[in-house]
Amino acid sequence: MDSLKVQSVETVDPGYNAAKNTANVEIKSDITKFQRLKRDKWLYLLLIPGLAYFIIFKYLPMWGIVIAFQDYSPFLGIFGSKWVGFENFIDFFKNPDFFRLLENTFILACLDLVFFFPAPIILALLLNELRLQAYKSVVQTFIYVPHFMSWVIIASITYIFFTTSGGVVNEIVSLIYGKEINFLSAPEWFRPLIMGQIIWKESGWGTVIFLAALASVDKEQYEAAIVDGAGRMRRLWHVTLPAVRSTIVVLLILRLGNFLDTGFQQIFLMSNSLNRSVADVFDTYVYFVGITQGAYSYSTAVGLFKGIVGVVLVLGANKLAKKMGQDGIF
Amino acid sequence: MPKMHNTPGGRVFDVFNFIVMGLIGIIMICPFLYIIAGSFATEAELTRRSFFIFPETFTLDAYKYIFSTDTFTRSILVSIGVTVVGTLVCLFFTFSMAYPLSRKTLMGRSFFMNLIVFSMLFSGGMIPGYIVVKSLGLLDSYWALILPLAINPFNLIIVKTFFQNIPIELEEAAKIDGCSEVGIFWRIMLPLSKPVLATFALFYAVAIWNDFFSALLYITDSAKWPVQVLLQQIIILSQAQLGDAASAGASFVEPPDQSLKLAVVVVATLPILIVYPFLQKHFAKGMLLGSVKG
Repeated sequence: MDSLKVQSVETVDPGYNAAKNTANVEIKSDITKFQRLKRDKWLYLLLIPGLAYFIIFKYLPMWGIVIAFQDYSPFLGIFGSKWVGFENFIDFFKNPDFFRLLENTFILACLDLVFFFPAPIILALLLNELRLQAYKSVVQTFIYVPHFMSWVIIASITYIFFTTSGGVVNEIVSLIYGKEINFLSAPEWFRPLIMGQIIWKESGWGTVIFLAALASVDKEQYEAAIVDGAGRMRRLWHVTLPAVRSTIVVLLILRLGNFLDTGFQQIFLMSNSLNRSVADVFDTYVYFVGITQGAYSYSTAVGLFKGIVGVVLVLGANKLAKKMGQDGIF
Repeated sequence: MPKMHNTPGGRVFDVFNFIVMGLIGIIMICPFLYIIAGSFATEAELTRRSFFIFPETFTLDAYKYIFSTDTFTRSILVSIGVTVVGTLVCLFFTFSMAYPLSRKTLMGRSFFMNLIVFSMLFSGGMIPGYIVVKSLGLLDSYWALILPLAINPFNLIIVKTFFQNIPIELEEAAKIDGCSEVGIFWRIMLPLSKPVLATFALFYAVAIWNDFFSALLYITDSAKWPVQVLLQQIIILSQAQLGDAASAGASFVEPPDQSLKLAVVVVATLPILIVYPFLQKHFAKGMLLGSVKG
């Protein structure tokens, strides 16, 4: 707190007076906790709706996790249901579904890292090289659009384009290939479609943050590189990429932390009875077993397993980044 | 970029890059153009031509049909109602929480911030969340589409950062004039944050309009479905060879023809396309603010 700024209110507010005397240090010296609470009572009042939201919709469900260790019955409630320890987890690990889910989730997550993660970076680098500003902003306007569409719309568009009954893509495929391909229900096409969708929907949007990082690169570095005779590739490698490295690392950590989050809505909308063997992932499994079949405790255990692995991954990735000399996110 | 001598290789790259980026831009926007064009075309033209951006004969039949059905009209009204009310609720929750948290002298401020950040890292998951909503008696209530989304923690932190950057003198001047804390929030902070308010109104509106998951979980009564669920029922599940027989059984609209499907997609997309130009002005700034640590 700046002492000059608070001078004016010292007669009005004892809290700011205290702040003035101690400048940036703790204010507690000549004002008690109770006085501070009293002074800020209206601020706390404003805080109530938001806090209520976090307690009810974020922390109450966290407490609800205990049903993973119960044989939960909606009629008995959390207090009345029987405790079963780790039985639900053991059931899940013994279930043949476990390895199928793990494999599907893992493959999608890896494909995501290999194909989707670099896409916005490459796109941003190419955009950054466009000389004509007006052209650049037109392209940018276009590539951001799909991000604002819901997954239902994206899936609907995919169905309309890829259906075997008159879809545009299949008409082109049958011209070249001679017959149509049932993209929407063939298990081998599920993963390519998922990757194509997410790249189409989100890679344009992903460029926003990289373009901002690129815009902050010192122009003199490019000039110096040119004087040193660096060609375009060299400038890219030695000036541009190092400038966005920390952004890449932060986003990679976030991505690793969400490694098991395969995007419930996208997968749910694209899966059907024919491609379920490759489409089932942890999130959709929790939905089908929990909500549609009512196995609350079991699916909560599945969800908790996924959540814990996620937290471990994000903390681990963060630590790794710090070890490599990068700023983590915490 | 500074003026630099361009090598022949560099010039080739520029031309190549110009073309590639143009193609990518077209690929991103093309499906929408086709869907809009197709929704105005006749069924005959849709079967005859595989891809077009301008229909030969322009017709509004598809729109006339979908708006003549109760199901579609109702779901659009549900979506509009939930989006309008929901946006106001979200703004109220987010801004009223962000303001106290932006005051550095607030006792317990870092505790509240940690509470928020932890909830971004770890969550109870789908089933405990469902049980909470269910035990609040919100199943099949429109509030179930609004309240669980009332605060987006990322948005909250951006708004908090914004309030933090408003010069403190303004607040002090108001205090001298005898303004209460709530008065300061209402008379000074909110009017000052009009552009931010508008930005987050758009963000929340888009999020609520696009939300499919909450409706899928909490709304079982098909009369209360928002347009996103209806879209899934019509386009994704009506494909008999693709949908599960069980869930397709819930379909009630006669299987629509191609142009009807396209028209439904257009209507569900339209609000976003309308607000997009307004959104675009703000979102880059919003994203950058958001990337600044708490």
